[in-house]
Amino acid sequence: MPQAIRRVLPQLLTLLAVILLVSAFFPGFLQVDYERGRLVGPIIDVIKRGAPVALLAVGMTLVIATRGIDLSVGATMAICGACAAWAISSGYGLIPALAVALAAGLLAGLWNGTLVAVFGIQPIVATLILMTAGRGVAQLITEGRILTFTHDGFAFFGSGAILGLPAPAVIWVLAAILFTLLVRRTALGLLIESIGINRRASTLAGINSRVLLIAVYMASGFCAAWAGIIATADIRGADANNSGLWLELDAILAVVIGGNSLLGGRFSIAASVLGAMIIQAIDTGILLAGFPSEFNLVIKAALVLVILVLQSPSLAPRMARAARRRRGTPVGRTAAREAGE
Amino acid sequence: MLLTIRSLTKTFPGTRALDAVDFDLRAGEVHALLGENGAGKSTLIKCLTGAYQRDEGELHLDGAPISPASTQEAQALGIGTVYQEVNLLPNLSVAENLTFGRQPTRFGMIDQRAMRHQAEELLSGYGLGVDVRRDLGSYSVAVQQLVAIARAVALSGKVLILDEPTASLDARETAMLFDVMRGLRDRGLGIVFISHFLDQVYEVADRATVLRNGQRIVTEETARLDRLRLIEHMLGHELEEQTTEGARHAAQPAAPDERALHFDGFGRRGKIEPFDLSIGRGEVVGLAGLLGAGRTETAEVLFGVHPAQSGTARAPEGPLDLGNPRAAIAAGFGFAPEDRKTDGIVADLSVRENIALALQARRGWARPLPRAEQNRLAEHYIQRLDIRTSDAEKAVGDLSGGNQQKVVLARWLAMNPRFFILDEPTRGIDVGAHAEILRLIEEVTEDGMSILVISSELEELVAVADRVIVVRDRRHVAELTGTEIATDRIVRAIAAPDAKAGEAA
Repeated sequence: MPQAIRRVLPQLLTLLAVILLVSAFFPGFLQVDYERGRLVGPIIDVIKRGAPVALLAVGMTLVIATRGIDLSVGATMAICGACAAWAISSGYGLIPALAVALAAGLLAGLWNGTLVAVFGIQPIVATLILMTAGRGVAQLITEGRILTFTHDGFAFFGSGAILGLPAPAVIWVLAAILFTLLVRRTALGLLIESIGINRRASTLAGINSRVLLIAVYMASGFCAAWAGIIATADIRGADANNSGLWLELDAILAVVIGGNSLLGGRFSIAASVLGAMIIQAIDTGILLAGFPSEFNLVIKAALVLVILVLQSPSLAPRMARAARRRRGTPVGRTAAREAGE
Repeated sequence: MLLTIRSLTKTFPGTRALDAVDFDLRAGEVHALLGENGAGKSTLIKCLTGAYQRDEGELHLDGAPISPASTQEAQALGIGTVYQEVNLLPNLSVAENLTFGRQPTRFGMIDQRAMRHQAEELLSGYGLGVDVRRDLGSYSVAVQQLVAIARAVALSGKVLILDEPTASLDARETAMLFDVMRGLRDRGLGIVFISHFLDQVYEVADRATVLRNGQRIVTEETARLDRLRLIEHMLGHELEEQTTEGARHAAQPAAPDERALHFDGFGRRGKIEPFDLSIGRGEVVGLAGLLGAGRTETAEVLFGVHPAQSGTARAPEGPLDLGNPRAAIAAGFGFAPEDRKTDGIVADLSVRENIALALQARRGWARPLPRAEQNRLAEHYIQRLDIRTSDAEKAVGDLSGGNQQKVVLARWLAMNPRFFILDEPTRGIDVGAHAEILRLIEEVTEDGMSILVISSELEELVAVADRVIVVRDRRHVAELTGTEIATDRIVRAIAAPDAKAGEAA
C-alpha cells in the first residue's frame, strides 16, 4: 500500500495546502457540527458540492487513460437529470426514474464509444457532438421548461444524509471505491492502460481494444448519470440549460490535477477525486473568504495555475536544484512544497 | 555534369548514415538511387534538399558549389523534390496549387484568369486532360503526383528528385508517369528516381547507384547492370561467399505431416497475391525478399492484421478463422512484428506487465492473472531469455532494443503458440542478443512450435530455416528446400523473374 499512498501524496499535500490557505482567510473552515442527525460545516459542504465533479472525474479518468477525452459529460448530466425528472413527474416512481437516468447515461457513453472505437473519430470531436447536441436533447425531454417535481425519495439523493454524511458525498466516495476495485481487482486497469499507451501493440497482443474503448465511455456516461441524478435531486428539478454546465472542464481539470497524463496510460482514480476536492475546496473557500464575487474565477485560475506549475515535470527538478544552490540543502521536495504555500 | 556530390558524409549519434558518398547526375538522365532500408537514400536526398546539413563533402550544381540550408533555398537553386505522399493542398484548385506562392496579381488582387492561363501553360507538356479550375483533391493520386512534378519543375527546373513516386500508382498510371519522366529527361533535366521496384528501374532509369550501409557500392548504366548483381549489391552478398555451415536443413526434407497448418489461396488485394503455404509441426519456414516485396504483408495477412480476402486456413482440428489478431491468437498464433516500438512493446508498462499482456488478454479482463503468477512468468523469461533489466518492474521503454525484442518474444512464448510469426526478429539488436534469439528459435521448435521467420539477413535464414519462401512483387515466387537453401540461391530467386530458383516453386 505505500505505493498507493505515494501516488496520491502530491494531491493530498495540495489539498492540505488549499485547506490551510482558506483557513487563513476563514478560520471556521474546518469546523464541523452535528445538527439534527447530520454533520454540517464548510468542509462537509465541500465534500457534498464536489460530488458531481468527483463523479465525472471517476469516469473521465478511465477515458483519459485510453488517451481519449469526454467533453459530453456535462450535457449527459443534463440529459440524465431531465430523464429522471420526467420519470418522477410522470409518476413512475423512484426505481424506474433511476433506471431511466442510468440507461440514458450508458446510452450516451455507447454513442461516444462507438464514434471513437468503431468509426475512428477523434475523441475530442466525437464527444463534442454530444456536448452540443446533448443540451438540445435534454430540452426536448423537459419541453424547454425547468421540470420541477416533489418526491422526497428522489430528493434524498441530493439533500439526504447517510450516517450523518450528505448522500451525494456517500455516492461519489462509493463510486470511486467501486470503480477502483473494478479496475484494480480485475485486469481491466492493466488493459485500459495498455491501450492508452499503445493501442496498436495492444490490439496485436490480442486485447479487444474496441470493446474496451466503448466500455470506458459507457463508464463515463454512467458516472455522468449519477452526477445528473444528484444535481437534479438537489434542486428538485431538471434545468436542461444549466445542469452540469461547464462541469466537463472541471472534471478534466480534476483528472489533470490528479497527475494523470492527457496522453493516456497510467491512471489513479483516487488522485482524480482528490483533484475534484481540491477544485471544490478552492471554489467554496473563495466564497467563504468573502472576496467580491467578481474575483472568484480569477483567483481560482491563479490557484490552479500554481498547482499545475508545481506539478509540472520540467519545473519541479529545476526548482529543487535552485533551492539546493540557495540554501545548500539536498532536499528538493520541501523546497517545492514551501514554494506552494 | 549537372550535379556532383563528392565524399558526402553525414553522421547521427551512433551511426554514420552517409560515409564519403560520391554521386553524379548528368543533365538529361534518369538516375535510379537504390538500397534497402537504412542504406542512406533518404539521408542523401535530405542533404541535397537542405533538410539536413552535411558534415563533410561538397555539392556542385552546374559547376558552382552549393550548400542549401533549406528546402526553399534548394528549390531556388534548381533542385525540386516530389515525395511519395503528395505535398500539395487538395482543397485548392489545380491552378492555385501550381502557382501557389507566386500567383499573378492585378491591382493587388489575384488575377484568376492569368493564373489559369499560367497553370494551363505549365501543364501543357504533360498530356494531362485536367481542368485547372477543379480542386486538386478531385483527381487521382497519379494526376496529383504529376501536378506536383509540374510544380517542382516550374519552380526548380534543373534537378528533379522523385522519392518513390510509383508506390501508390497502378500500372497504367505508372506508365503515364514514366512518359512524363522521359519527356523531362529529353528536355535536359536530371532526374533522381528512388524506387523499390527493380522492374521500374530497368524500364525508366539510364543509370543506377546502389547504396548500402551509408556507402556507395556501385554506379553503373542500367543496360550494363545485371539484375542479379544489382540485388547482390543491395543485399551485400557476393555469390562466392556461400554460407551453408550451421544449417539445419540438410537432412530433413519438408514433409508437412497431418498436424500441420495449411493455407490455401490465402491473399489480400493490394497486400499479397494469393499463396499456398503449409507448415509442419516444429518446422521453421523462412521468408526472403526485398523490402516491400510482400514479406510483412504475408505475416499480416496470416495473423489477421489485414484479414485475407481469399483462401482458407486449415488445422488438423478443422478450418481456422483468422479474421483479426484476436481470432488468430485464439487459433494458437503469435506474431512478433517488425516495428517493435510501435507494434510490439507497450512502453510505459513494466517488463512483467508486457510479458503477461497477451496471456491476460486471452484470459479476459474478469480473470486477472494472479500477481504471483505474473512475477513467476517474468522471472522465468528474464532468466531464460537473459533479458537485461534491473528488475521486472522497470518500464519496457527504458530497455535497449534487443531486450525490448526479447520481452515481446517472451510475451508470445508465455502463450505457447503452435505457430509463431517472427518479422525481422534480429533487426537493430546487438550481436550477442542476435545469436541468443536464433538459438531460441531452435529450442522452441524442438518442442513442436512452428515458426515463420522473416529476415533481410540471408545468413540468418540459411542458419535457421528448414525451407525458404521467396517473395517478389507481392507474390510468393519460389520455395527452396534442403541443400538449395544457400544465400546465393536465395539471391538468385529474389532477382530473376524466370530464373530457375527451385523445383518446389
